[in-house]
Amino acid sequence: MSAPQYAPGKHPDLPAPSTLAGPLAWVRANLLSSPSNITLTLLSLWFLWSVIPGALNWFFFDAVYSGENRAACRAAGEGACWAFIGEYLKLFTYGFYPEESRWRVNLAFVLMWLALVPILFDRVPHRKYGLYYAAAFPFIAGWLLVGGLGLAPVTTDKFGGIMLTLVVGVTGIAFSLPIGILLALGRSSKLTIIRVFCVGFIEFIRGVPLITLLFVASTMLSYFLPPGTNFDLLLRVLIMVTLFASGYMAEVIRGGLQAIPSGQTEAADALGLKYWQAMRLIVLPQALKISIPGIVNTFIGLYKDTTLVIIIGLYDPLGIGRAALANTSWIGLSTEVYIFVAIFFFVSCFAMSRYSLYLEDKLETGHKR
Amino acid sequence: MSEAAHAAMARRNPLARLWNDKESRQVIIQIISFVLIFAFFFMMVRNAVINLEAIGKDISLKFLWQPSSYDINQSLIEYSSRSSHFRAMIVGILNTLLVAVFGIALATILGFLLGISRLSKNWIINKMAYVYIEYVRNVPVLLHILLVHGMIINLLPLPRASLTIGDGAFLNNRGFFVPKPDFEPLFLAVAALFLGGVAFAFWFRKYARMVQDQSGKHYPVFWICLAAVAGVPLLAYFVLGAPITWEIPELQGFNYKGGMVLRPEFIALWLALSIYTAAFIGEIVRAGISAVDWGQNEAASALGITRGRTLHLVVIPQALRIIVPPLTSQYLNLTKNSSLAIAIGYMDIVATIGGISLNQTGREMECMALVLALYLVFSLLISAFMNWYNRRIKLVER
Repeated sequence: MSAPQYAPGKHPDLPAPSTLAGPLAWVRANLLSSPSNITLTLLSLWFLWSVIPGALNWFFFDAVYSGENRAACRAAGEGACWAFIGEYLKLFTYGFYPEESRWRVNLAFVLMWLALVPILFDRVPHRKYGLYYAAAFPFIAGWLLVGGLGLAPVTTDKFGGIMLTLVVGVTGIAFSLPIGILLALGRSSKLTIIRVFCVGFIEFIRGVPLITLLFVASTMLSYFLPPGTNFDLLLRVLIMVTLFASGYMAEVIRGGLQAIPSGQTEAADALGLKYWQAMRLIVLPQALKISIPGIVNTFIGLYKDTTLVIIIGLYDPLGIGRAALANTSWIGLSTEVYIFVAIFFFVSCFAMSRYSLYLEDKLETGHKR
Repeated sequence: MSEAAHAAMARRNPLARLWNDKESRQVIIQIISFVLIFAFFFMMVRNAVINLEAIGKDISLKFLWQPSSYDINQSLIEYSSRSSHFRAMIVGILNTLLVAVFGIALATILGFLLGISRLSKNWIINKMAYVYIEYVRNVPVLLHILLVHGMIINLLPLPRASLTIGDGAFLNNRGFFVPKPDFEPLFLAVAALFLGGVAFAFWFRKYARMVQDQSGKHYPVFWICLAAVAGVPLLAYFVLGAPITWEIPELQGFNYKGGMVLRPEFIALWLALSIYTAAFIGEIVRAGISAVDWGQNEAASALGITRGRTLHLVVIPQALRIIVPPLTSQYLNLTKNSSLAIAIGYMDIVATIGGISLNQTGREMECMALVLALYLVFSLLISAFMNWYNRRIKLVER
């Protein structure tokens, strides 16, 4: 029996050999390409096998979702005691905010997302008005949360939980970017006094840990204010966190500014643009675009640093968790609390970093090799 | 308006002329900003003077020589509650330095491993490193510290049921107890040999490089250096009859006594800072190595250089130039993050002079100024050192 005959060029395409394409080839190339690779694969499989089932059991299958106290949890199962988290979930979300006013927190939360839409996505109808609204949002939210002008006032020591994290994080993010831009421009300015001041400020901020600045805010800032003034602790913290983040922001943006060839400013000069026009229309749009990864990283860092407020006695989710751990009927469940808070932070920060990647791709104007 | 009209207006209004001239406008802006900045600081200082006077406080550092009257559970130097606040501060500085040095060492090792794993062709290793890095980077460092500390306290056994490692090391929720070396005089000889070995290794590396540059002859530098640094001293150690006696910790009552102990606070802070910083270092290493052009590898193999030596002589020197500057700022971050020790009660600078001393003496100004100054000095020292290193490995351009 002879093989079927084909006219030249008529032979049907055959699938690639299974050693070169398909799952088998993938496994060969990526897991088993050499003896050392095989060893690594086996070792890591063994590691995963010994870690993952135990972790999953602790997390889901043996976990206890309802119970009165720790003893009840331990009696019901070996795994994590999520009943504890459930018990404190309201506190984790709202802190000590008065029950009857919590709709204001919810409303502010919804308004925050509405403000984010025109910032995050550029194909929104009437984006310009959306951006005006977004710029006004911090003040609207401040009014909603603190009260006054027709709303029942709520003192800031009632703020806590995830709500406090968002207050500190959003304020810091909203104000550190403009201050950081000004500092970066000041640092690369030709005016000596302004440059020296900006360099000193930035280097000081970057040379000390945030926690010491927060201590300064909580212990000695009142000495530097006119006698008789009493600053709200949360406000002092907000100022310090914002200044801290703007020091780092300034350095990130300075990197962007330095990457812009001086020909751009010279061209702007030649066209007769003034300093601020040149910055606003020519230099900053390019510099900010380059610095987006750094800016978002600074945002993420700031958002994570909001946890430090627990050290000077504010109650963010971590602080609430630590306070809850002091309750004798739930004592010893620190792992559950910390993992819960860790998941909250992971989700928010991971989302931010993914958005930054998306933005980088979108703003890429074709210089990538 | 015509040119002439402009000129006429400028003549009429000398202020406008000053403002419209670029040079003089710059001077004006600078004078105004200087006055504003000066006024701001003047107001702050004036407020501080008034406020301090109102409560009858002065500013002086004399309190530093008063007895501190508090205990510190981990100290590298002799310290008791009768020692001065100044000594407490020194203890705090040493504890900060201790955790920073150990943290930097561990974070660098872990970070390089992670960076290499992220470049590995092995899919599982690669993805495991990716998951680790993404998880660790997106969770606050304070949370890592508290989580590790909580796990040590709650999940490790009590002293009576300690995990025993080897014969003399015990791990329980009060710390990690290890034997304490007791050096005999003969050990000095071993130490001298070790130091001599290190010096020889430095010299030999330079010499071998010179020989290779001139003649292409290649020595097995690594093995010779290893023998000089580790082999000879170890041999001497055993020949001299092991001149170290170990003081092994023993269970007495509720806890171990004797030996050396790493306290849970130190272990928690050290591990947490290291795993957190390692994730950032891993990304830096990955970026640095993948930034080296692939053509460099190909050129090296075209010249017949083996893979290991390509890495050592071609890739790593170039990658280091990209890695070192961001690595510096990670080291700085680790040192600054060590100030979070106060959350778990590790007695570093912030917890000693900025914490208990501050509360006991009520001298907020002086204590906070000292703390800020100390951290600024650390930051400057680390960045000065790393800048020096960076200059040393910089590309020598023609």
